[in-house]
Amino acid sequence: MDASTHPARGGWNSLARNYEARIARGHALVGGKVVPADRTTALLEAVIEPGDRICIEGNNQKHADFLARALAEAAPERVHDLHVVQSNIALAPHLDIFESGIARRLDFCYAGPQGLRLAQLVAAGKVEVGAIHTYLELYGRYFTDLTPRVSLIAAEAADRDGNLYTGPNTEDTPAIVEATAFRSGVLIAQVNRIVDKVPRVDVPGDWVNYVVEAPKPHYIEPIFTRDPAAITDIQVLMAMMVIRGIYEKYGVTRLNHGIGFDTAAIELILPTYAEELGLRGKICRYMSVNPCPTLIPAIESGFIDAIHCAGSELGMERYVSERSDVFFIGRDGTMRSNRVYCQLAGHYADLFIGSTLQIDLEGNSSTATHARITGFGGAPNFGSESRGRRHGSPAWLAAGREAHRQGMPRGRKLVVQMVETFKEGLSPTFVERLDAWDLMDTFNMPLPPVMVYGDDLTHIVTEEGIANLLLCDSLAERAQAIRAVAGYTEVGRKRDRQMVEMLRARGAVVYPEDIGVDKRLASRDLLAARSIKDLVRWSDGLYAPPARFRNW
Amino acid sequence: MERLEFRFAGRPGTPVAETGEALVGVVGSGNLEVMIERVDLGGGCLAVVDTSIHGFGDTWQQVLADFVDRRGLANIRLSINDGGATPAVVVLRLDQAWAGLEEGER
Repeated sequence: MDASTHPARGGWNSLARNYEARIARGHALVGGKVVPADRTTALLEAVIEPGDRICIEGNNQKHADFLARALAEAAPERVHDLHVVQSNIALAPHLDIFESGIARRLDFCYAGPQGLRLAQLVAAGKVEVGAIHTYLELYGRYFTDLTPRVSLIAAEAADRDGNLYTGPNTEDTPAIVEATAFRSGVLIAQVNRIVDKVPRVDVPGDWVNYVVEAPKPHYIEPIFTRDPAAITDIQVLMAMMVIRGIYEKYGVTRLNHGIGFDTAAIELILPTYAEELGLRGKICRYMSVNPCPTLIPAIESGFIDAIHCAGSELGMERYVSERSDVFFIGRDGTMRSNRVYCQLAGHYADLFIGSTLQIDLEGNSSTATHARITGFGGAPNFGSESRGRRHGSPAWLAAGREAHRQGMPRGRKLVVQMVETFKEGLSPTFVERLDAWDLMDTFNMPLPPVMVYGDDLTHIVTEEGIANLLLCDSLAERAQAIRAVAGYTEVGRKRDRQMVEMLRARGAVVYPEDIGVDKRLASRDLLAARSIKDLVRWSDGLYAPPARFRNW
Repeated sequence: MERLEFRFAGRPGTPVAETGEALVGVVGSGNLEVMIERVDLGGGCLAVVDTSIHGFGDTWQQVLADFVDRRGLANIRLSINDGGATPAVVVLRLDQAWAGLEEGER
């Protein structure tokens, strides 16, 4: 047989030949790498083919918003039936292309504010959902069966050779670029400015086919900024319990924090409460998390040795640049983030702590609510046991001794949910049955969308106490330990008081007084910063909060 | 607003505080005020709750019964002005008010 041809596919290099044809059409239109903004839609029509897998970059921070709009303006007769493979559905054009028939199939991770409209489009048959992924899963599939043919990406700056500088929001760019560029795909970048020389090369120019200077800088959302003014006394109480009952108990040094007010409260009492307990240098030394402004006081107090970030946060750029001992900084002086590496680091850390909307009696938790498709994002990868881990650390081994009391000794990652028993409007966090079951039926999903599975979870912290699921020997005990911290919800009120006392004696249920948490201290007075302005002060003026967070 | 009243047996026959003083523990925040007073209720306890959220009488009954039981209270009047607070806040404020009261008596 002729070694140069594959009988079934008409050659061994059909993807590359197809790529050459696309680039030839593109160059015929725009002549070179630099594309005038008003030619963008025409370029997309020239290089995208019907049925293509396409990625429009966008995640928690930056978005290729100009390219998303340009694609939405393409003629559906020319560009149609696309298969969108991207992490985040956040902007209106991401869904406009489904309404107009430009796109048909969707594999994604997270929908956030577009969750309601996405649900409506799915119901109307306009969007065929392949699957909802975690970030690492979708990136993984970029390198197996979902490699994009064309990717539309965003960067801070480009030179005329196509070298890209992403700035501190590198985020998902490396994963998208690597998969697309090395499997004969087309890369088109929108940049805020075209310059003679980029401050640093985050993506080499010979991987990039086209760059467009967008009329407006790409959209960035400050989604990790939590105003300390909104933190409640209850959150302070829960944070005190986390510090004494988990961080101090296990000696947790490597961890990932969620992004809610609950974990912000922990960060803000490190310099006060944890400091008084003599825990500086003993807990919270290495974090995988975005540069959340509420981390500033803990960093300034010398608690945190190093932080690797999935993305940046608006207003934190200068502060981060001036703290290169703590953050990962390029030779140019700005941060380099990377979602894949941050997710990886967090997966193999000692602890994940986050928040959720509902928890059932097995400890399964979900943020799914009726009528909305929100998706998973990164929490399931952070918030799961790392069964491939082999190296020991004090926290991992201590948790492992509780988890594996007989047989082969093992370690255990700590996976913690921190929730109030009731949410606003007195809707209970603890339920017998997750709404996720109904959502599965409504949207014809293969499984209920569970964020963190009960068998991955080790602790639940509420204002009432801590359930240590590692010390429960049966599902019945686990259910009682969960009821024991479920407060006055229906689930909590149905507890078996005798069994709870037995679990408490074993340490599977812990109340504040059992771990020396003095409720009288549970007040906002314990917060190292009580306002955004306090955070600016702690940062020596380096933190520049977005206008909406300034009230002075 | 809804006014709820709950009576608990407490510890019948307990005399009012030896000093005879009506001590008061008060805590307040944006969402809740709690006042605890020692009064002669023949050993019983009384709780008066002004609440803005209807239909949670059952929950209040449980929260307060637990509090009286856990602390072994007698001759105590609890006045609660609830600004739509969750049980979490109620329990925290009650515990804080009681801690303040005990400290004052020491």
